[in-house]
Amino acid sequence: MKILVAVKRVIDYNVQIRVKEDGTGVVTDNVKMSTNPPDDNAIEEAVKIKEAGKATEVVAITVGEEKAQETVRKALAVGADRGIHVKADGILEPLAVSKILQKVVEKEKPDLVFMGKQAIDDDCNQTGQMLSALLNWPQATFASKIDVKDNKLEVTREIDEGLETIEINVPAIVTCDLRLNEPRYASLPNIMKAKKKPIEEIAASDLGVDTSPRVEQIKVEEPPKRKAGIKVANVAELVQKLKNEAKVI
Amino acid sequence: MAVLLIAEHNNKELRPFTLNAATAASQIDNDVHALLIGNNSAEAAKQLSELPVIKKVLSVEAPHYENFTAENFAPVVVKLAENYSHIICSANTFGKNLMPRIAAHLDTSQVSDIIKVISSDTFVRPIYAGNAFATVKSNDAKKCVTIRPTSFDPCESSGGSAPIEKIDAAEEFSNTKFIKREEIKSDRPELGTARIVVSGGRGMQSGDNFKLITEIADKLGAAIGASRAAVDAGYISNDHQVGQTGKVVVPDLYIAVGISGAIQHLAGMKESKVIVAINKDGEAPIFSVADYGLEADLFEALPQFMEELNKLNTIQK
Repeated sequence: MKILVAVKRVIDYNVQIRVKEDGTGVVTDNVKMSTNPPDDNAIEEAVKIKEAGKATEVVAITVGEEKAQETVRKALAVGADRGIHVKADGILEPLAVSKILQKVVEKEKPDLVFMGKQAIDDDCNQTGQMLSALLNWPQATFASKIDVKDNKLEVTREIDEGLETIEINVPAIVTCDLRLNEPRYASLPNIMKAKKKPIEEIAASDLGVDTSPRVEQIKVEEPPKRKAGIKVANVAELVQKLKNEAKVI
Repeated sequence: MAVLLIAEHNNKELRPFTLNAATAASQIDNDVHALLIGNNSAEAAKQLSELPVIKKVLSVEAPHYENFTAENFAPVVVKLAENYSHIICSANTFGKNLMPRIAAHLDTSQVSDIIKVISSDTFVRPIYAGNAFATVKSNDAKKCVTIRPTSFDPCESSGGSAPIEKIDAAEEFSNTKFIKREEIKSDRPELGTARIVVSGGRGMQSGDNFKLITEIADKLGAAIGASRAAVDAGYISNDHQVGQTGKVVVPDLYIAVGISGAIQHLAGMKESKVIVAINKDGEAPIFSVADYGLEADLFEALPQFMEELNKLNTIQK
């Protein structure tokens, strides 16, 4: 079984983002970037499945600018076998990314495609579902547990009401929740070894996919600030304020 | 052209957020039709027809719609889409799972999780876990939009009498099979819709200590929340998690106990109407969003809080 894992480069989750003064977006210059957190879970799961002898190859792919390749290199350092970097500049909407992934899937013919359930920059939560629609494959979104059984997967999904378990036939798409596993850190020897693993570079334009945005970003602004609150001296004062001032209890 | 709202339900009744999504749909266009895909779901379809903002209900029932599988739902919507300018659904796990599958079939770039309708093609949506708001304009002919339920008031639930039209089922998708659903049952209000939420963080130090929170939540008729740190430490199950990767809550009162206020957590609660923070670290970031901050040891403060509540003659429910 061959697993393709899609990873995205985003502003690191520990960074407090800043909105640009001209309202065109958020500041990304000189800001720490890293792999989208649930994409790390996707890589980890694929590598674990391979280590369990149930997959033969793990291929990491990213779509984006030159530096996006760092995320593929990181995936190689934690156990992916080879990488693919589809080069594309500018804003890439999930629809465009899923069309690019579709082209790569048609060529690579993986049995499974894994990725994070959502990217923490645009918070769209679309790409996996869109890719599975384009391929007409089954989808298991928000996965917190995956059991590989021959040509099937049993997947537990995190839903609002609790947990749902579904069985999907391979080939299939799985989008991963943070609870799926605990991603490992890359060891120094593995980081060195990863530098020798191959990364194939493809220009998005060569895949014949139109990546021009369909949704125009008119402005980006800071959310309204809360007005400063007060510190209360003790519990009695707190309860009195909640009862008589805020009138919420 | 009319707007098509996809109803969320449990085959017996509508799920509450369908009413919030109906409000958002009606802000886009007055002519809102609603689609109910289910199995033995006539009662839910009837409830839908009673929402005054809905002009027409389309109902389709088949055994393979029993479990809301996106692979089965999407073709029904795609087939109807030519008659509609917008497809609308809640951005909870039901809608998040379903809508992109529809959008890709329609070759539409979806607009996710909107919090405000500016016009029929322009919307406001949070990005970076709510740390920025983007105003976006969709240039696709047909628009697929999911809405953040807590950002829209629920519509009236009675007084309407829209006609219910039965439509044909689409073919079953055979490569996905539902096995089971484990719903977390509780007498408490649901975290996502509760008027008051009391949340504990790593400062609680153990799962046992959460009983201090439970006691207060019982007294206030509140839901119980938790930070990711408390969930990861195993103090409480993950369905209680508030934050970017958990639930986004907008209660009238949010009480954060022993929660430092990581960016991820703030993203899930900072739109609450009144925020209380109880933390012994006066520098904790949670105080920057709190209307009322109490710098105190929670193990002393919570029992006192309970005592003070017991002294009150009345407590709003």
